[in-house]
Amino acid sequence: MTILILAEHDGNQLSPSVQQAVTAAQFWNSSVHVLIAGNGSDAINQQAASIQGVERVISSTAKHLEHPLAEDVANLIVSISDDYEVILAAHSSFSRNALPRVAALLDVEMISDVLNINGNNTYVRAIYAGNILTTIQSTDTVQVLTIHGSKFTAASLGNNAKIISIETLAAYDKARWLSEVRSQSDRPALNSAKVVISGGRSLGSAERFEQVLSPLASKLGAALGATRAAVDAGFASNDIQVGQTGVVVAPELYIAIGVSGAVQHTYGMKDSRIVVAINQDPDAPIFQVADYGLVADLFEAVPALTAAI
Amino acid sequence: MKILLAVKRVVDYNIKVRIKPDGSNVDIDGVKMGINPFDENAIEEALRLKEQGVATEIVAVSLGTSANQDVLRHSLAMGVDRAILLETDADLQPLRVTKLLKAIVTREQPDLIILGKQAIDDDAGQTGQMLAALLNYPQGTFASTLEVNVNEVKVTREVDGGTETIALALPAVITADLRLNDPRFVKLPNLMMARKKPIETINASELGIDLAPSLKLLQVNEPAARKVGIKVGSVKELLEKLRTHEGILV
Repeated sequence: MTILILAEHDGNQLSPSVQQAVTAAQFWNSSVHVLIAGNGSDAINQQAASIQGVERVISSTAKHLEHPLAEDVANLIVSISDDYEVILAAHSSFSRNALPRVAALLDVEMISDVLNINGNNTYVRAIYAGNILTTIQSTDTVQVLTIHGSKFTAASLGNNAKIISIETLAAYDKARWLSEVRSQSDRPALNSAKVVISGGRSLGSAERFEQVLSPLASKLGAALGATRAAVDAGFASNDIQVGQTGVVVAPELYIAIGVSGAVQHTYGMKDSRIVVAINQDPDAPIFQVADYGLVADLFEAVPALTAAI
Repeated sequence: MKILLAVKRVVDYNIKVRIKPDGSNVDIDGVKMGINPFDENAIEEALRLKEQGVATEIVAVSLGTSANQDVLRHSLAMGVDRAILLETDADLQPLRVTKLLKAIVTREQPDLIILGKQAIDDDAGQTGQMLAALLNYPQGTFASTLEVNVNEVKVTREVDGGTETIALALPAVITADLRLNDPRFVKLPNLMMARKKPIETINASELGIDLAPSLKLLQVNEPAARKVGIKVGSVKELLEKLRTHEGILV
C-alpha cells in the first residue's frame, strides 16, 4: 500500500503544510510519495525530499504547470493513481480545487478537512461550521482526503528521499491561467504565524483597521486576520478572512479585536493556544472562546496594549 | 445562453444545530430551513447575466424531498425562469449528487453551470468540482468575479494569499464565493407569484443511478468546548496575566 501526497508550492517554496500532510500520512505505516506539479523547480523537489517520512518525490515538470490548474493536476494524479490507495493533501484553496475532481474521476467520495484519522478508513471531520463532529467510514477502494493542517504536527526535516521524474501530460485545453494578485505583506503568512491579530467590523473603516492593528502586529511579529464582516465591508482583503469559508489558523496567540465571535469565525481560530478578546460588548460570543477577555473600547485599549508591550 | 443552477436546502445559518438524544445524527426536525447562502450568490449572478442580455434562460434544480419546493420557490421568486425538483429521500453524498446533476445537464445542455462553493451544512465543498470532472468541463471555483465573452468565461477566484484569474471555454462549471455579489431580497409579490409557477418533478430513481452512500456515518459528537476563560479589568492586568500565567509577551 502506498500513499500519495499532493504538494502545494508557490513556484519557489514548498508550502509548510506538506510537512503536516506527511505526518497525517504516517498513520497508515506505509510508503509515502509526494507529487510536485510545477515548472522545473529543483529547490522545491529538494525541500520535499528532505521531509522525514517521505520515501519518494515524484516530479512532473511542464511550462503549463507553472500555475497548475485543477484540471491538469487532477489528470496527472489520475494518470498515476493505480499505484495508490490513499491520495491526500493539506486542506487549502489549491487542494480543495483539485482533489474533488480527482475523487470524481476515480468514482469515489472525498473526505474534506479531516481532523483525525482512525483505523479502518474511519475519519473525524466537522460539519455545521465546526459545531458538530462526525465520525465517518469510507467503503471506497481509494481514499481521497484533505487534512486539517493545524491538527497534525509538521514532520521534521533531514531526509534525502529519492526524486524521480514522470512524463508530463498535455495541457488541458479548455482552461487557461491568466494572472494572479498576491497580497504584498511583510508580515508572516497567516496560516503559519505564531501570533494572529484579527479585526472585526467595529474597526469602522479600512484606514482605522490598518491604523489600530498594524502597530500591534508589527510589535508582535503577527499576521493580520479579519472577520467576514470586516472583509465584506472592505476593511481588509479577502485572503485574510479567518473562518468557515476562509483561512483556519491555530497560532500560539490569537488576539480578536472588535470581533463579535460568530460561529463561522470561531471555526477558523478556536484551536489557537491562547485567545485574547477585546470588545466593548460584554455579551459578545467571542468571550466564550477567549481565555482572556477585556471589555473595553478598542480604540483606547489597543494603542495602550501596543505601547505597553 | 442557458444557465443551470443547483440549489440546496440547508439549516438556516443562524441556527445552532443539536445532536439527537441517541447520538445517531444531528437533529434537524422542525428546524428552520432555507436556501444555502452560496447558492443565492449563484442565482444572483445568473440573474445579472440575464439582465445584461448575456443569459437567455435560467433553470434551477434541487435534489431532495418535496420539502425542497421552498428553495425552488425562493429561486423562482428571485427571478429564475424554471425549476426542477429531482425527488429523492436518499442520504445524498457529493458524488451521488454530482451524478444526478450530470443527468440534468445532459438533458438541459446548459452553457454555464453555477453552484455555491460549499453548502453550510456538510461544508464539503466538492460538488462543483466533481460535476466539472464527470462532464470533462473546465471549472472556476470560489469565484468572486465573472465576465462572460463569446465562447469563454473569465473567472477571478479567491485563493489563499490573493486572487487568481483564469479563462474557461464554455460550457463550464462555476462555484460562487460570497463576494461574487450581494443577492437581492425577494419581494413579497414575487414570492406570491412564484407559488403559482410550476415546478417540474423528476423521480431520481428513474435516472438509474446508484445512490447507495459509500461514506457511513458512525457517530456524531459535539466538539470539546474551550475551557472557560476569565475577564480582565485593564490592559495592564491582561499583560500581567499573559506574562505570568502564559509566559508570553515577556
